[in-house]
This record gives sequence, structure tokens and C-alpha cells, in this order.
Amino acid sequence: MCLAIPARIITKNGNLAQVDFGEAVLREVNVSLVEAKVGDYVLVHAGYALQVLDEQEALETLRIWNEILQTEA
Amino acid sequence: MIEKLKFRDAKLASRVAEKIRRVAQNERTIKICHVCGTHEYTITHFGIRTLLPSNIEVIAGPGCPVCIVPASEVDEAVEFARRGIVVTCFGDVLRVPGSELSLLDAKAQGADVRIVYSLTDAIKMAQTEKNKEFVFFAVGFETTSPSTAVEVASKPPKNISFLVSHRLIPPAMKLLAEMEDLTLDGFIAPGHVSTIIGLKPYEVFPETYRIPTVVAGFEPLDILMSVYMILKQQKRRAPKLENEYIRGVHPEGNTRAQELLNRVFDVVDSNWRGLGTIPTSRFTLKNEHSSYDANLKYGVKIERGTDIQQGCKCHLVVVGKIKPTECPLFKGACTPENPVGACMVSNEGTCRIWARTTTSPQTPPTPPT
Repeated sequence: MCLAIPARIITKNGNLAQVDFGEAVLREVNVSLVEAKVGDYVLVHAGYALQVLDEQEALETLRIWNEILQTEA
Repeated sequence: MIEKLKFRDAKLASRVAEKIRRVAQNERTIKICHVCGTHEYTITHFGIRTLLPSNIEVIAGPGCPVCIVPASEVDEAVEFARRGIVVTCFGDVLRVPGSELSLLDAKAQGADVRIVYSLTDAIKMAQTEKNKEFVFFAVGFETTSPSTAVEVASKPPKNISFLVSHRLIPPAMKLLAEMEDLTLDGFIAPGHVSTIIGLKPYEVFPETYRIPTVVAGFEPLDILMSVYMILKQQKRRAPKLENEYIRGVHPEGNTRAQELLNRVFDVVDSNWRGLGTIPTSRFTLKNEHSSYDANLKYGVKIERGTDIQQGCKCHLVVVGKIKPTECPLFKGACTPENPVGACMVSNEGTCRIWARTTTSPQTPPTPPT
């Protein structure tokens, strides 16, 4: 199962957080594997947050792609 | 998230596809292998293969953790269920065939088998139903293994134990790289496994096997970009390891998760359904956690089972040697409703993904004219 879905941390209490997957329904997720704060987006897999999603890196990815598409032959 | 739309942007996809066409022009057939069921889902669902020129082939390796669980481990789970232990597992594990029965069959015969969406749910059940014994059938690659490690390290209730089936992906990639009848020109490495293990485990592929390797995310643009990056490496005859999924994968991975994995598990050789024995490819609980090891707790260990049913070609599908449409049983005797092999059972199985997407048994996704 590689399926991991981004969710935004709405509240956090120790190892557990209430997150929003975009449906405005809050679900409980275990965040003991990540250093995340309220407002962060995390990748969630089977009820556990695996990594904090870096918005800067996401925007950087899009910027790099555009650069590749403009400049290379 | 706003950028999700850009990662699926059709215009952007056409431009990358055009770049791919240009760099692939006049090249021989190039075979790129991914090892992730979710990558196969994205590729098939978004018609990625229809955007690629005919000399670029993307094949699906053994990236479905449910598909490669050996029948012997399913048989062990069925045995636990038969003994009145509550067996908990993720959804598609329920229907994976054992040598004779699946867990669903056991459930139909009266065993208490329960689907959970998270290991946390199984732990809560064990805490609430103190008079029952529970086993969690822990399936999954390095993406899923840390959640089991978290719970074992937290000393769960004594009435739950674990049938550990967690496996590691890089050893399976190594098996493919060494197959004599399979020549790979590139690896698309699994993005979410990589959020945990980082980049280092893949270094051997460009360095020793000279196979360009790109860690990819799961949006259609991620896959297209990764194909393009591999082709660029091929053209320069300079294989290396690149990370396309920088928004999710740090080079060092998730060190907290890795530390937990090392604390809770040893790594042993293991049988993979369809692939045979792969060295150092499965997690097993360390001695100090043996009270949570279901095999030891109940004295159940089955060495061999019937991994491949008669007529089934899953062992060829999981290494990308044949497409699902090349299996005589595909969408005839073997369908999502009545699966014969594990590849048709799991949501990450290549056969099930194709069965749910193609319109007729013999028509693969249409290539461009």
C-alpha cells in the first residue's frame, strides 16, 4: 500500500492529531513519526502521518518543471 | 491543495509528453520498471502509457505488498482464525488466496476476521475486548512497517500480537536488476516508501547496475517527469539517482521512522509469492518483542504453501514479464469479483488495476497513432 494522502493538521495533542483531508471532516491520525505543527500538511498512510509535505518544495517542483519545459530542446 | 491541480494539468502533461517524444526519437526500445501498485494505478488510470511513444515501455514490478504475501502466511492467518483468535487486517488482505482458504473464506465459515483501516483500530479493539485474543496481519512495505513499529514499541495490550509480513522493496528491485531475461533501462522508485527510507538504498542501482533511477511522486505529472528524467540520463549514458518527489522525500528519509524500524525489527530472508526466496527482504520482530510475535505465541509456523494456482500467471505479471492482458485467465476465469490470483485481489495488483480500467479482455489501453 503506497497510497498516502495529504491532510492538513487542524489540532494536535501529543501523538495524535485531528486532520482535514479536504472534506472538512476531521479524522484522527497518529503523528508520532513526524515533527509537525498545526497548519502543516502531512502525508497520511493507514492512519499514520509519514512525512510533512513541504509547500515550498511543491512550488519549487513546478518552477523546475516550467524551466525544463522552456529551456531544453 | 492548489498545486494538486497543476500536478494533473493536461496542458502541462502534453508538453512533457512532447519532450519525451523528442528525446525518445530514434532510440531503441527502452524498458522502465516501477515497483509500486499506486504508481501502476496512476499510470493506468490517467492513461500515461497512451502519451508515451511506442518505443518507451513502462512495466509494473512487484510493487503490490498484498500480491507477494506467500500463501503460507495467509495459511497461518487462517489457522489463527480457525483457533478462535480475532484476526484483523487491511481490506484487500481479506481475499488473498491461501493454499486453500482466504481469510474471507474463514470468516464465511464463522471465524472472527475484521477489516481495519488503521492498526490503531485493532489496538483499540484489543483494549476494549479484553477477554479475546487478537492478531494483526501486518502486511505492507516500508511505507506501512513504521506504523507497526510505533505500536510494538509502545507496548500494546498483551492480548494482541502480530503476524509480521512486512517486506522491503530494494531487495526485490535487486532481484529484477539481476534477472537474466529482463533488461531494465530505468527504475521509477516508489515515492512513499522513499519518504521513509530516503535515497541511499537505491544508490546501488545506478552505481553497480548502471540503471537510471528516479524517485517519483504519484500525480500523473510526477510520473511523466520521471520518465523524462530517466530518458535524459539514458541519452547522456550517465545513470544516476534523482529525486523527482522533493516535496515528499528528504534525501535522508524519515530518520525517526528508521530508528523505530531498527529498534523493533530484524531483517530476514523470505519467500515472496511468485518470486521465490529473496535475501534480507522481510521484517521480523526482534527477540525482546517476541511476546508480540503471533507465530511464537501460538506455535504456528507454516513453511510452504501453494503460491500460484493452476493456470495463474501472477508470477510473470509481478515482474512485468507479461501484461495482464497476456494471461489466458484475465477477465475470463479471473475477474475482480472472482479472482484466481493475488494480482487480481489487491487494489494495488496490476491485474485488478487493468481489469478495472480496460474495456474488453484483449484490449490494452490504446497506444497513440
